[in-house]
Amino acid sequence: MSLINSVPETLVTAKLDDVLNWTRKSSVWYMLFGLACCAIEMMQTGGPRSDLDRFGAVPRATPRVSDLIIVSGTLTLKMALRTKLLYEQMPDPKYVISMGSCANCGGLFQLAYSVCDGVDKVIPVDVYVPGCPPRPEALTEGLLKLQEKIQQERWLVRAPDADTAAA
Amino acid sequence: MDAVEIHRRLRERFGSAVSADLQAADWSTCAVEGQSIAAVCALLRDDPELGFDCLSNLSAVDCKKDDTIEVYYHLLSYRHRHQIVLRAATPRPDPILPTVTHLWPIADWLEREAFDLMGVRFTGHPDLRRILMPEDWVGHPLRKDFVEPDEYHGISTRRESLLKL
Repeated sequence: MSLINSVPETLVTAKLDDVLNWTRKSSVWYMLFGLACCAIEMMQTGGPRSDLDRFGAVPRATPRVSDLIIVSGTLTLKMALRTKLLYEQMPDPKYVISMGSCANCGGLFQLAYSVCDGVDKVIPVDVYVPGCPPRPEALTEGLLKLQEKIQQERWLVRAPDADTAAA
Repeated sequence: MDAVEIHRRLRERFGSAVSADLQAADWSTCAVEGQSIAAVCALLRDDPELGFDCLSNLSAVDCKKDDTIEVYYHLLSYRHRHQIVLRAATPRPDPILPTVTHLWPIADWLEREAFDLMGVRFTGHPDLRRILMPEDWVGHPLRKDFVEPDEYHGISTRRESLLKL
């Protein structure tokens, strides 16, 4: 009889990394960061019909307790500096969803003098959600993709030694 | 009161500072000498029969060919249900106009916008600074000869065309 069968049935065994990631991905708190019309769809995504809450994602009003920033809307150069500042205020580990064409690449306004052509020029982006604006289903899919990414992360594995890695 | 009558009264009071012709397109527009714009506006607001109690819009146009910047004042009277548009031209290299903020407080932000995007300076404005662009922005982006900078605080403003990838 293996050891695993000897423990009572009320116990569950799993890898610690998986458990940590499962808890983290199930409470992705996102910062309210609506910049333009995509924000309307983000509100709809958080609302009762689409209900982002059921994945553990609830809106926060401050970057200091947020895990995720959903950049939703046209990012102007003026706002880009503030976006970077807000991102730096978020505690690690932190994630970014770029929502809609404007946040992805400047979209319709990319030739305008005042628009930053994509939020990835300022902060690193984890998931891009295309659309103009994306439907709530699309943003929900984006969050699920992010959860997949979080679940695959490994925190407890020893980082390879520099010498060993080179050899 | 129709625009012709308003124009006649302005001519009577200010003479050659107000243009002789009244352009009657969608909006009846008359040109006003730049330095007398505040006085003309004061009359239009304070005369009880004119009674322009609302500055509904203030915008600027870059006329590079004439080397001027034209500032348009859209005036509206709720009391008398009439309206008129004033056009004040100012030299493009050094555009200066008197402010009308003391007549209509809304002119505060509208003049800041004209200053921000066109570089028109309004003398007597209480707080003339940029309203839309970042405080440290260089140049006035709606001028015809504005050249977009390559970067802003290390953020490149160029992106390769996605069609060429």
